[in-house]
Amino acid sequence: MLAAVGLRPYGALVLIAATVGAWALIVGPATLVAGAGQVNQVASLDTGRALYLQGCASCHGSAGQGTPNGPSIVDAGAAGADFELRTGRMPLAAPSLPEVRQPPAYDEAQIEALVAFVASLGNGPAIPDVVASVGDLARGRQIYIANCAACHGATGAGGTVGGGFVAPGLDLADPRTVAEATVVGPGPMPAFAFDRQQLDDLAAYVEELHHPPHPGGLPVAEVGPVAEGFLAFFVGIVTLVAVARWTGRAPR
Amino acid sequence: MADDAGRLEPGGGEQRGGDVERSVLPPVRRPTELERLADWFDGRTGFGRYARMALRKVFPDHWTFLLGEVALFCFVILLATGVFMTFFYTPDSRPTTYHGPYAPLAGAQVSAAFESVMRLSFEVRAGLLMRQIHHWTALVFLGSIGVHLARVFFTGAFRRPRDINWLIGVTLLLLALAEGFTGYSLPDDLLSGTGLRIAYSAALSIPFIGPWLASLIFGGEFPTLELISRLFVFHVMLLPGLLIGAIGTHLLIVYVQTHTQYKSRATREDNVVGLPFWPGQVFRSVGLLFLTAAVIALIAGLIQINPVWLYGPFIPYAVSSPAQPDWYVGWLEGLLRLGLPFEPTILGVTIPSPFIPGIVIPGILFTILLLWPFIEARATGDHAEHHLLDWPWESPIRTATGAAGIALFLVITLAGGNDVIGVFLNVPVETLTAILRVLFVVLPVATWLLIYWLASSQRRRRAAGADTSHIRAGGVAIRRTATGGFEEIDAIEGDAD
Ligand code: HEC
Ligand code: HEC
Repeated sequence: MLAAVGLRPYGALVLIAATVGAWALIVGPATLVAGAGQVNQVASLDTGRALYLQGCASCHGSAGQGTPNGPSIVDAGAAGADFELRTGRMPLAAPSLPEVRQPPAYDEAQIEALVAFVASLGNGPAIPDVVASVGDLARGRQIYIANCAACHGATGAGGTVGGGFVAPGLDLADPRTVAEATVVGPGPMPAFAFDRQQLDDLAAYVEELHHPPHPGGLPVAEVGPVAEGFLAFFVGIVTLVAVARWTGRAPR
Repeated sequence: MADDAGRLEPGGGEQRGGDVERSVLPPVRRPTELERLADWFDGRTGFGRYARMALRKVFPDHWTFLLGEVALFCFVILLATGVFMTFFYTPDSRPTTYHGPYAPLAGAQVSAAFESVMRLSFEVRAGLLMRQIHHWTALVFLGSIGVHLARVFFTGAFRRPRDINWLIGVTLLLLALAEGFTGYSLPDDLLSGTGLRIAYSAALSIPFIGPWLASLIFGGEFPTLELISRLFVFHVMLLPGLLIGAIGTHLLIVYVQTHTQYKSRATREDNVVGLPFWPGQVFRSVGLLFLTAAVIALIAGLIQINPVWLYGPFIPYAVSSPAQPDWYVGWLEGLLRLGLPFEPTILGVTIPSPFIPGIVIPGILFTILLLWPFIEARATGDHAEHHLLDWPWESPIRTATGAAGIALFLVITLAGGNDVIGVFLNVPVETLTAILRVLFVVLPVATWLLIYWLASSQRRRRAAGADTSHIRAGGVAIRRTATGGFEEIDAIEGDAD
């Protein structure tokens, strides 16, 4: 009779396997390594122009004035161009496609050249100075929750903003990208006018969100209760039904 | 009850106390201290007779009867961890300044409730573990109730005379939902605050009485200072009290009515075949309690849940997106998200759009669930008592309806997470919502037809074939005889695998 409730080794194995399976499911998405080699070259306007005419002019026009395929970028400035190019949003493969984050199409030197060229087209914003390490986490958190969490989520996991737009997760956004995004306001995201201090604080908090403490174990709550619910059901309930099945097998 | 006297417990009303039976036993040895204590107690309460009856109670031998026990054990774990947490929790919305070890919140204005949850999570030894066990158990609790309910439904265990216990069971489900939702809200964090705001506007949308009801429950216009202390009273006193009472009644009725059992050669409408509570079922149940606790502790010890420090304190002007409730409330959120922006004006009163999807439809669904035993009895004309369970294919309409209900639940629950799923599948939310609106109608209907077809062809096949029940050798069990005694049978027949 007591054998009916004794934990047999394979029962324990099933449990461990279920847990490990869930683990693998969660940890799955690999982190992308930014692999731009640090090539220090003086950005030349000529290189920039050449690259621009080749890769961008068909949509934005030879002087950035815009075409039916793409908006004017005369006042996009260094910040706008740097943001779009470093996050791989530009060049678009086709005018109808949405801009999405992907590995940059150009190397470091080419980006610098292109940015210098686009900046020379008008009076756009410069690349903001930002140093996350001097930022204050508590102030940064407040700025973030008040201005960004509604779209990017309190945990920075990203979310939908309607109209088919997605506010991406901020796990790949380095301080420079964060600062540029607030200056540029890409797509449906509004532009913000933060001062230097605020940018440092904000960038510090976004950095913190990349590696928040997880005192509770494996993080699944980056997407919150939806992931937790799936786990509760497909690990918790399924395991417990199996346990009931096993406990309730006929006595021998 | 007179017509099935064979099912009744033994022991007439003649015996007073346990003395009569005791005196006929020859004294073999001196009674132990424990036995003397039991005697002392027995002499004053007559408790022994009931205890002996309870110990001989027969539990039919099938694992699906353990699903309800899993839910019961989850409730036990919830009580234990919940009591621990009340030692540290402050049910107070009043603002205070956070000075704990979590740096990003240093100096932040938070409510006393949030502050105490932060303290519980970061400073109280084992506090976070208790919180996580409590929260994971709550998620699993509702799930195990669901699985148990499905077992009862698909086997027709709710038929007369157990229709009364079905009513209590569905009430338990409602209470558990309310208990879960209030608990989810107690940390007073940004995420749960968003949920409360939604609940408030749903309550507000009820025509005529909405504003009055909302301010009765919430203590004024959202967010109020009373809110947390009210939720606390609901969560640790009112609802658990009702739950304990209802669970007690639920079990007492099972005891009085005896268990149902699956059809086999040994089982009849007027007997109960299975293991006695002692020595038998008790080992199973205690084992299951420990295993349930172990599985949940394993999950809760390894996987983080509801990191309130990341969400931060509730701030009325801030929102976080995506914002979801715990999964078991997801279907209510899903109905709101699927609902069309439709505000009819009836009798000069504009019905706010959350009313129909947020109040009316859940109300209808729950009423159907609650009254199902009576609906079915009316539809089939079968008002007889049933103690033998149906296999799902034996009642294709019931099985198809249950499956359609599950399909509907699935669609609306998924709709509650439409934004997260949209991002995950890389589909715009609008498209996903449109698809889910179609599925809301199509999937239950398609499921109904499919399951009906499967179940009725199975039924035809079984009716045509010979008796498919097989005898499994080797089982030792005790059978309850018509006179209330016991006999050992050397094989359990039936479909218990
Ligand atoms: C296939 C057409 C196409 C090509 C090629 C293209 N772009 Fe774009 N670009 C667009 C469109 C369309 C937008 C607007 C996207 C949006 O808002 O979602 C845009 C937006 C931009 C913006 C932001 C404008 C603003 O005001 O926010 C910058 C900067 C930009 N492009 C730079 C470039 C650069 C530099 C290149 C060349 C490397 C390039 N683009 C190649 C179509 C194109
Ligand atoms: C209205 C919603 C909204 C708000 C508010 C908002 N964002 Fe965004 N954000 C977006 C969207 C949408 C995108 C994607 C834009 C695109 O690709 O065209 C984006 C993109 C970004 C990116 C680029 C991410 C990457 O990895 O490429 C960063 C960084 C960013 N946002 C930071 C912020 C910060 C910091 C704030 C708060 C100060 C903020 N956002 C507020 C909607 C929003």
